[in-house]
Amino acid sequence: MSIDLGMPQLGGLDLVPQAEAPQTAKDFTSDQEVRWCPGCGDYAVLAAVRSFMPTLGIKRENTVFVSGIGCSSRFPYYMDTYGMHSIHGRAPAIATGLAVARPDLSVWVVTGDGDSLSIGGNHLIHALRRNVNLKILLFNNRIYGLTKGQYSPTSETGKVTKSSPMGSVDHPFNPVSLALGAEATFVGRAIDSDRKGLTAVLQAAAAHRGTALVEIFQDCPIFNDGSFDVLRSPETAPQRLIKLTDGEPIRFGPVGDDGLGTFAVVREGFGLRVAEAADVDPADVVVHDAGDVHLAFALSRLSDQDLTHTVTGVFRDVQRTTYDDAVRAQVGAARATAERAGGPDLQSVLRGADTWTVED
Amino acid sequence: MTSTDTRPPTGDAPGRPSQPTVVRRDRVVIRFAGDSGDGMQLTGDRFTSETASFGNDLSTLPNYPAEIRAPAGTLPGVSSFQVHFADFDILTPGDRPDVLVAMNPAALRANIGDLPKGGIVIVNTDEFTPRNLTKVGYAGNPLEDDSLADFQVHRVAMATLTRGALESTGLSKKDAERAKNMFALGLLSWMYSRPQGSTERFLREKFAKRPDLAEANVLAFRAGHAYGETTEAFAVVYEVAKAKLPAGTYRQITGNTALAYGIVAATHVTGLEVLLGSYPITPATDILHELSRHKAFGVTTVQAEDEIAGVGAALGASFGGRLGVTTTSGPGVALKAETIGLAVALELPLLVIDVQRGGPSTGLPTKTEQADLLQALHGRNGESPVPVIAPQTPGDCFDAVLDAVRMAVTHRTPVILLSDGALANGSEPWQVPDVAALPTVDPAFATEPNAPDGSGAFWPYLRDPGTLARPWAVPGTPGLEHRIGGLEKADGSGSISYDPANHERMVHLRAAKVAGIPVPDLEVDDPGGAAELLVLGWGSTYGPIGAAARRVRAMGRDVATAHLRHLNPFPANLGEVLGRYRAVLVPEMNLGQLASLLRSRYLVDAQSYTKMTGQPFKAEELQDVFLTHIPGAHS
Ligand code: SF4
Repeated sequence: MSIDLGMPQLGGLDLVPQAEAPQTAKDFTSDQEVRWCPGCGDYAVLAAVRSFMPTLGIKRENTVFVSGIGCSSRFPYYMDTYGMHSIHGRAPAIATGLAVARPDLSVWVVTGDGDSLSIGGNHLIHALRRNVNLKILLFNNRIYGLTKGQYSPTSETGKVTKSSPMGSVDHPFNPVSLALGAEATFVGRAIDSDRKGLTAVLQAAAAHRGTALVEIFQDCPIFNDGSFDVLRSPETAPQRLIKLTDGEPIRFGPVGDDGLGTFAVVREGFGLRVAEAADVDPADVVVHDAGDVHLAFALSRLSDQDLTHTVTGVFRDVQRTTYDDAVRAQVGAARATAERAGGPDLQSVLRGADTWTVED
Repeated sequence: MTSTDTRPPTGDAPGRPSQPTVVRRDRVVIRFAGDSGDGMQLTGDRFTSETASFGNDLSTLPNYPAEIRAPAGTLPGVSSFQVHFADFDILTPGDRPDVLVAMNPAALRANIGDLPKGGIVIVNTDEFTPRNLTKVGYAGNPLEDDSLADFQVHRVAMATLTRGALESTGLSKKDAERAKNMFALGLLSWMYSRPQGSTERFLREKFAKRPDLAEANVLAFRAGHAYGETTEAFAVVYEVAKAKLPAGTYRQITGNTALAYGIVAATHVTGLEVLLGSYPITPATDILHELSRHKAFGVTTVQAEDEIAGVGAALGASFGGRLGVTTTSGPGVALKAETIGLAVALELPLLVIDVQRGGPSTGLPTKTEQADLLQALHGRNGESPVPVIAPQTPGDCFDAVLDAVRMAVTHRTPVILLSDGALANGSEPWQVPDVAALPTVDPAFATEPNAPDGSGAFWPYLRDPGTLARPWAVPGTPGLEHRIGGLEKADGSGSISYDPANHERMVHLRAAKVAGIPVPDLEVDDPGGAAELLVLGWGSTYGPIGAAARRVRAMGRDVATAHLRHLNPFPANLGEVLGRYRAVLVPEMNLGQLASLLRSRYLVDAQSYTKMTGQPFKAEELQDVFLTHIPGAHS
């Protein structure tokens, strides 16, 4: 759902030219050999994105993937679109320039927890607050993979790694809370192995006009093996995993008598808590509203980042004028004004107001 | 010492009994000095505009503190503006002022040492209170003892006189006195026979939203003018005839404005829209301000979250087929280094403008220096060749931008343009170029697959055999989808390659591409044709070097001068030129960066003369240095 703030309603892809013929995942597959470690969660995300892109119906040549540095940042090489594998942390800044310059492109940023939350934290928050029409896929494996296993800004405190033999002392970021605090207009979360859930969030992100941050929990079997297993295993996942659907009561867990999950999310103070659905008045169960930033924030903090309760889906999706549209509107307005006056006239700008003439 | 009367003319002033003497001068240097809050930059700027529209040649040097409002009345709070104007072509803002306008004791104290004996001092006496004098360490009042005996001193109660002139406006005492800078401007305009109309027009425009303030400033300006006319103390009016410049239409321009105009003109010559990504930094910010007003030409300005994002956005736009530009000063170049390196690897056009200031670190934000040369050339990881270009005068900044843009677009490379604080805020008359005559640049975007194997694939690193430039294929072009990045690429196909021989080849190809960019030969100025000393400079030292050479030649000695616009690649004849002279002297506002490059590249015994005061060289100072370096001068 989107909140109408009185701005013109334009979809995320409305200015991108449509493909003339249907495209397939194969069309989006480049000739480069994929070089992630066997079992890396990035493979699943790549497969999901390759098969999802054709469903957008936009021209492949008008699609650009921009990445930073890290394992996931190799992503653009594997997509047969335009792409740039840039430098550490700077992809949102580079993509901002590209998106401002080219409204006819669908611009995707691929980044990791180190790339976007450590070295590139500044660019991430400013892209979010400006609301540039970019889709940011944040592959969060909670570890530094490419440099062979150091704790990252999303690693849990106490993590033992090569650079923290006695356990890391850093407190981790909560990427969804951070994005909401940075005025994000779209925040979603998915798990690499959940193709259906991931594709649904990607679809909503693509349709959103503005910066969409999609956090993807991604397994790094080499340096942080099984870090999200509790969200995958049939024994533990139902009690932990909460899938949001806009407009629906937030229920999860094993299906109960009413066909919904046996757990429910209810309000408590300024926040939320998880209760047995049977113990609460159904009227007290929170109905998800992607336009409610307070709810989104409370959902992002339903439990510590120990995955006790992990919310996936679209936390927030609201419309706000995008930076790139606003910048282009100003350029357009300046042009229109100049054209009405017969310009723009470079010669008269160079002359300025005060000139004098020297005769031969 | 001249004695003057500070009493304002009475309402029914009888007028001056005798007409002032008119004295002709070929050149005059005036320095306006006051507190940062006194509006000295505006005053100097207006005097300059009047002078420009009159038709003198001119050159200016603003000098102001880094603090927006340093403590009032203190030495660090002094702000000054020097203007040199003449009836011939001049090269510098002048060494020593002929006239010093001092609005307070601090301004007098900070500047009097630069005045030659016999110089004119015009002092605002109202500020010479015991408290203000003590603040700057004057034991007594220099206006009352004989410490200014060497000068012609005019004591004028500018604040009092201004207040008197504005009595009818109903402005508060404080507001009225604030217009005293316009009183000073009026007085100087009278003394130097400047046209007044443009200043009155300017004031009415500037204060369009406050007509009462506009009127007050105009009244103060007129009162200053009338004061000169009616006060006998000012017995002399000076005239400086128009300069004989080449025929054409002229305007006054600062280096920063000329840079901005060059960028606007780049849209016209390349047909590309511009995206400027920039973060405010002294002394480059005015370029961002100016460009943000020219959106109608397809100039988009992104005020980024930091220096890195500024250049990142510019590079992203270049990837998208726009001309990416970023403007900054030395600390910003340091932050942008990694992205410039990426642009070297991506081989995309990018213009980086560095308006140099004193360093290291934050250094001297408002003062000039040339110490970023080695940073521009080498301040990146790996072998990372970047063309470097340096304008030599404020007006030349326009041409330098267009040169840099041509290189960037044609050769698919980032280019660094090195301006500096002296050029940025200094101004001179500028012959307005004819837009229709500006040479165009063809971006020549790739449109077709190019794989030599006929596979129909696109190879982003298949080079033009002549320029070694790679094709620029922009998103939206079907069939040319490709991925580029900072990892080493295979020569031709552009795929990631860790092959040792390929890396060696790519390093050499990137170097050869930049080394092969054609630049004009270095021209030497040696009117006598018998010089044994070559003085070689770059950037803003052009003016002082040229002025000093004129002085040396006027003394009957020979000196050759040459000025490098291209710091990378060097002109092809540079080695040959250096070899022609018995002695080579390189004056620089750094510790000898160009000199050390010349020594290592050409094995020439280039001597360095350096200065790091935050101020440009003075012609007088360089003249003495040249004389001591002329071979045989001591014998
Ligand atoms: S190190 Fe981890 S994240 Fe990186 S490719 Fe290997 S498995 Fe994937």
